[in-house]
Amino acid sequence: MKRNENREGIKGMANPGRYGIERFAYWLMRITGLGLLAYFIGHIYETSNIVNGKTAWENMLSMTQTTEGHVLLTLVIGMCVFHTANGIRVMLGHGGYGVGKPARPDYPYTPASQNNMHKLCIYASIGLAALAMMYGMSVLFGE
Amino acid sequence: MSETALAEEQSSTEVSSSKIVTLRIAKFNPEHDSGQQYVDFKVPYERWTTVLDAVLDVKKHLDHSVAVRYSCRQASCGSCGMKINGRPRLACFTKISELNSDVVTVEPMNNYPIVRDLVVKLDKMFANHKKMQPYVIREDSEITAPTKEFNQTPEQLEEYIQFANCIKCGLCNSACPTMATDSSFLGPQALGQAYRYVADNRDKGKYSRLKIIDESHGIWRCHFAGSCSQVCPKGVDPAMGIQLLRGYLLGFRK
Ligand code: HEM
Ligand code: SF4
Ligand code: FES
Repeated sequence: MKRNENREGIKGMANPGRYGIERFAYWLMRITGLGLLAYFIGHIYETSNIVNGKTAWENMLSMTQTTEGHVLLTLVIGMCVFHTANGIRVMLGHGGYGVGKPARPDYPYTPASQNNMHKLCIYASIGLAALAMMYGMSVLFGE
Repeated sequence: MSETALAEEQSSTEVSSSKIVTLRIAKFNPEHDSGQQYVDFKVPYERWTTVLDAVLDVKKHLDHSVAVRYSCRQASCGSCGMKINGRPRLACFTKISELNSDVVTVEPMNNYPIVRDLVVKLDKMFANHKKMQPYVIREDSEITAPTKEFNQTPEQLEEYIQFANCIKCGLCNSACPTMATDSSFLGPQALGQAYRYVADNRDKGKYSRLKIIDESHGIWRCHFAGSCSQVCPKGVDPAMGIQLLRGYLLGFRK
């Protein structure tokens, strides 16, 4: 029961607005991870259709030629790029790289682990994802 | 509601105060209430009035029953942690004026059982803190064999002193997204303290502590969202300590 421990639950965990860009990146990382997993499973299902012959394969493939298909693929591109770029940042951080050095803290106590390098990497990951999506759209929707 | 009458007239707070804030207090007694109820109070404030001052003002003049825990009033004892306008903060270390809001909502911190109103039970956090063996571990002792003292240079002190600043207020655990869903997670407070002792040059208990935190609801549940460090009122930066500990476990650090 919520009252017992007053836990924030999924809603609090997923609420990305209150704690700065790092919490937003955490949230995006989870969402894109799950999104990619869903795509990956769908992708296996889609490509496994090749055993049903050429027509079945081409029928399946035509799904990606629609506007909805293009939007979906554009999203997948964005998720892929953000998840990979931010994943590299997170993995380095998890290994203890780039999280700052312990030091006697001074008011106003800006935490060294939430440094500008990390913020920059998060913004860069989002920017790269946006660029890749734009390029993807220009190819998918082009001509 | 009659309680919302201005505190100004009876309040001991300076009457010349020009500004009034609405203090919205989440009231809840788990023994007989079915849910939280928000009650509004109008409280005068000055530039320097803290949220704790305002809550105590309400308690003194408008509603004696408001439950709040505090002691030092100077961000040292760690008693007065609560959720203020949606974020965990120390009530005694947060000024009304810095919140830039006409309504200040105070609620009990998340991820702890509510004792009553704004008071939460910190027992589990203290238990997890104790699990970290929060003391210098070594065979010999300055105390029982007082033939020598354990030396520490100022540089060696710098390695951990920031983590020793922890006042066990529990704000970090309340902000943590893993804590929000996992009741067995050790939490940033405890993990930060594990680092505090591991980084102490006098201590020899590193492997013992690394073993304790290397469990399924231990250090690996941290996703480095950093919210703990952002709410810590003492500059402890538990997120840094956790990643540095993970560096030891993964073999990137010696
Ligand atoms: C080279 C590319 C990738 C990198 C560098 C990467 C990196 C990471 C990292 C570091 C995490 C942990 C994040 C955290 O601790 O919060 C993670 C989580 C995850 N990844 Fe990836 N990943 C990559 C590709 C993929 C792909 C292709 C998929 C899907 C098939 C995927 C699915 C997931 C899922 C489901 C999670 C868990 C999300 C969560 O619970 O927070 N990842 N990834
Ligand atoms: S690490 Fe900071 S926020 Fe957490 S209990 Fe200690 S002082 Fe409070
Ligand atoms: S009353 Fe001691 S920390 Fe706020």
